[in-house]
Amino acid sequence: MSATAENHASHGHDHDHHHDDGGHDHGSFKSYLTGFILSVILTAIPFWLVMGDVIADKTVLVLAIMGLGVVQIFVHMIYFLHMNGKSEGGWTLMAMLFTVVLVMITLIGSLWVLYHLNTNLMPMTVDQIKNLP
Amino acid sequence: MSSIPETTTFLFGRLSLDSLPLHEPVVVATFCGVALGGIVLVAALTYFRLWGYLWNEWFTSIDHKKIGIMYVILAIIMLFRGFADAVMMRIQQVWASTGAEGYLNSHHYDQVYTAHGVIMIFFVAMPLVTGLMNFVVPLQIGARDVAFPFLNNFSFWMTAGGVVLTMISLFVGEFARTGWLAYPPLSGIEYSPGVGVDYYIWGLQIAGVGTLLSGVNLLVTIVKMRAPGMTLMKMPVFTWTALCTNILIVAVFPVLTATLALLALDRYAGTNFFTSDLGGNPMMYVNLIWIWGHPEVYILILPAFGVFSEIVATFSRKRLFGYVTMVWATAVITLLSYVVWLHHFFTMGSGASVNTFFGITTMIISVPTGVKIFNWLFTMYKGRIKFDVPMLWTMGFLITFTIGGMTGVLMAVPPADFVLHNSLFLIAHFHNVIIGGVVFGMLAGIVYWYPKAFGYRLDPFWGKMSFWFWFIGFYFAFMPLYVLGLMGVTRRLSQFEADTSLTVLFGVAAFGVVLIAIGIGCFVLQLIVSYIKRDQLRDETGDPWNGRTLEWSTSSPPPAYNFAFTPVVHDLDAWWDMKTRGYKRPLAGFRPIHMPKNTGAGIILAGLSTACGFGLIWHMWWLAIGGLAATIVAAIVHTFNYNRDYYIPAETVASTEEARTEALAKQA
Amino acid sequence: MANHAPSFTTPGGEPVFMMTDKDHHPENGTSLGFWIYLMSDCLIFASLFATYAVLGKSYAAGPAPKDLFDLELVAVNTAMLLFSSITYGFAMLEAYKKNVGRTIVWLGITGLFGAAFIGIELYEFSHLIHEGAGPQRSAFLSAFFALVGTHGLHVTVGLIWLVTLMVQVGKHGVGPANMRRLSCLSMFWHFLDVIWIGVFSFVYLMGVIG
Repeated sequence: MSATAENHASHGHDHDHHHDDGGHDHGSFKSYLTGFILSVILTAIPFWLVMGDVIADKTVLVLAIMGLGVVQIFVHMIYFLHMNGKSEGGWTLMAMLFTVVLVMITLIGSLWVLYHLNTNLMPMTVDQIKNLP
Repeated sequence: MSSIPETTTFLFGRLSLDSLPLHEPVVVATFCGVALGGIVLVAALTYFRLWGYLWNEWFTSIDHKKIGIMYVILAIIMLFRGFADAVMMRIQQVWASTGAEGYLNSHHYDQVYTAHGVIMIFFVAMPLVTGLMNFVVPLQIGARDVAFPFLNNFSFWMTAGGVVLTMISLFVGEFARTGWLAYPPLSGIEYSPGVGVDYYIWGLQIAGVGTLLSGVNLLVTIVKMRAPGMTLMKMPVFTWTALCTNILIVAVFPVLTATLALLALDRYAGTNFFTSDLGGNPMMYVNLIWIWGHPEVYILILPAFGVFSEIVATFSRKRLFGYVTMVWATAVITLLSYVVWLHHFFTMGSGASVNTFFGITTMIISVPTGVKIFNWLFTMYKGRIKFDVPMLWTMGFLITFTIGGMTGVLMAVPPADFVLHNSLFLIAHFHNVIIGGVVFGMLAGIVYWYPKAFGYRLDPFWGKMSFWFWFIGFYFAFMPLYVLGLMGVTRRLSQFEADTSLTVLFGVAAFGVVLIAIGIGCFVLQLIVSYIKRDQLRDETGDPWNGRTLEWSTSSPPPAYNFAFTPVVHDLDAWWDMKTRGYKRPLAGFRPIHMPKNTGAGIILAGLSTACGFGLIWHMWWLAIGGLAATIVAAIVHTFNYNRDYYIPAETVASTEEARTEALAKQA
Repeated sequence: MANHAPSFTTPGGEPVFMMTDKDHHPENGTSLGFWIYLMSDCLIFASLFATYAVLGKSYAAGPAPKDLFDLELVAVNTAMLLFSSITYGFAMLEAYKKNVGRTIVWLGITGLFGAAFIGIELYEFSHLIHEGAGPQRSAFLSAFFALVGTHGLHVTVGLIWLVTLMVQVGKHGVGPANMRRLSCLSMFWHFLDVIWIGVFSFVYLMGVIG
């Protein structure tokens, strides 16, 4: 492993991808800069959309913000975290996918369950109490 | 006492002489007993000059085998307290069912069932499971230790820290009176202003750190440190279940951490997550805690399933039937365990569509478990079965767990659950699966791997006695509870209106608990008698059961480095493969072995964290902040230590291996 | 890995059961272990996001997001964190090139951006508390402070770790042990930026939309 590190030291920083024996990608100046610029754009747009009141339809606006956020997460994963399917024999990617699934289950599950609970168990107004069958 | 009340409040927070339960004779008597025992133990250790030995060989050890043993010892000690709680409850309930007050008022009784649940799940079952996985997995995969040996030691001591806080709560202050999951609003600051729930929160948060890190540790160990040739589909089944268990741990303990933290914020900072007003929603706590709670029970049972798989194959003298389906069943159970949690609160009011979804998923999850049961039965079919003690536990499990599983599927039907939720039927169900599954599994595992750990087998006579008293005692103790539940008796009750039809059943249950107590006594006797007779029970070969997996290729106990040379694996049941294909143990050519050093950092960090926890509980803010700061500083200081390993010289390895060669030759 | 692989059979075709000819060095597990820990941390945030999602509209007749959130300040804060991410990236590049001095400089700059982020966030929190919109006011605010505060706490821990590593790199250079530590902190730091994307999108922007 130390042999490969010494090899890397002699390379300039214009190689796009360095690989060591773990399948790890270390990035380069270009890739970090690309990621940074993409992130800036993907941050500026949603801020502008909201602060500038650009889209009237709330649903579309919400979807746009969430969508842009998801894309920026991908950008971070690829350009900053050097995510790839080969790192650690694929276990890194699999761990992340598993986590994403669980995050979705926790979020969607909680929202679905609590929405139903709140609807069924909402405190009644005085009118509702008076009009019980 | 002090003439400056502010100083006293600053120094002692809300701790005062009133915090000692001097008016509770049962507690005072217990304290006297514990104190006496403690003094005797400390005196003995000092007299025999064992402190240095304990510190150097055990407390600072990063050896997974020693840490695994310490976990199991911790669990067995806590079993006594948890079981004492059970006995107290049975006595109170049989007495109270006659209409009498009994001897435990509800203030005390509520603490007893809360402590019983918390201790049994967090400080008996979890340490047993973690301890067994810690001991066995590196040996089964041909590794020399886990991936992060220091973290392993630290994890153990964090669990011990949680134990310490829970034990202190018995004598200083009180414990929670909320049940083992501490639902708000009851557990909020308004309805539980005392220290009980705080003991609960910080005990679990500290132990939880240990569990989570242990999960990461074992996961990376299994992924990265398997011997060459051991692909995933050539791993022993116990290692597969350990893999899935640790995935569950890593994925789900964070939810417990977050939820308890939010409850703590409600109690300490006046936030409104789970309050009844200002927008809080106590149902969100129930939702989150069960998102953790359901996978938790699978964390407990999967290792037990792994233990049984190993035992059934070894003692039927046959390869496990359906290895591939076993692996798939384990994986499916792991995944499905995340989508069933609402079945713990069908009655909270989510309505038909939500309840139906979760009812169906709950029924589906019983299918892979059924697959496993059939695989074990098919392994036994046409096997040449040896009815050693581990096999008895296994057969007891097969019957008992199946019954418990069936009552679970019954309650998975929401309309049925509306009648049975929180009745003694539920209590009977989960004790059925936890005792029949987890307890039987862990006891079977202890008996099975004991010779590997200590070099001698456990005495079979007392082992069988222990099994039969546990097995029969379980049925007497819990079958009546099914009937009581169907009759309408709710859980957690300490007083009843007089009803003799209940008394008979409670009486049978109390009798059952006596049998189980004898079973536990026989288990302890087994340990003592076996130690006395250890020379006759000696395991000279390292393979007392004619086992199939790699741990049986080492000596009993294994040397610190486990394997002088890393095994190369060709097939499932690697050791069986080696034995049948004429493997010859190498007798020379030993090389120095790279090993991690022992360290006191783990126990120090955990001790400081526990002190911080104590400070938080009693509002001794100087202790809380100081403890936390000291923990952080100590951790940073530890990271400046880059000198963490050493080499066992080749000569030491050679002499250890030569000693084994001689011992094996004497056998032959 | 090729030079560590064992032979499975002898030249004569007999199975080899023990690696007697060379040492077996299992691959170092620190990166994978830390990544898995980060995934578990993700689930803490998932619980906090879920709590915010469920309780986020419970204003208890108190202030709502659009009464409270200063999007310009949040934009500045987001920029601080994003800059700190790229400066950490530069620190890593220098570390791979074995430039200890430059590594420490970029780490320091990262720390400054991180400290700016925390400073701005503390200012925002104290302002909210001053306005009577502290975490006790309503479930929405409790959830807000818990989620954003936990993220801030993680950044603070990261800063302490960063300073510690700067000292350690200064002392021991960028050998394998410190490279592992730098790469773990790198994962931690970028992961916090990922969580922040969720925070500013889901809490601040969607909060203001209403």
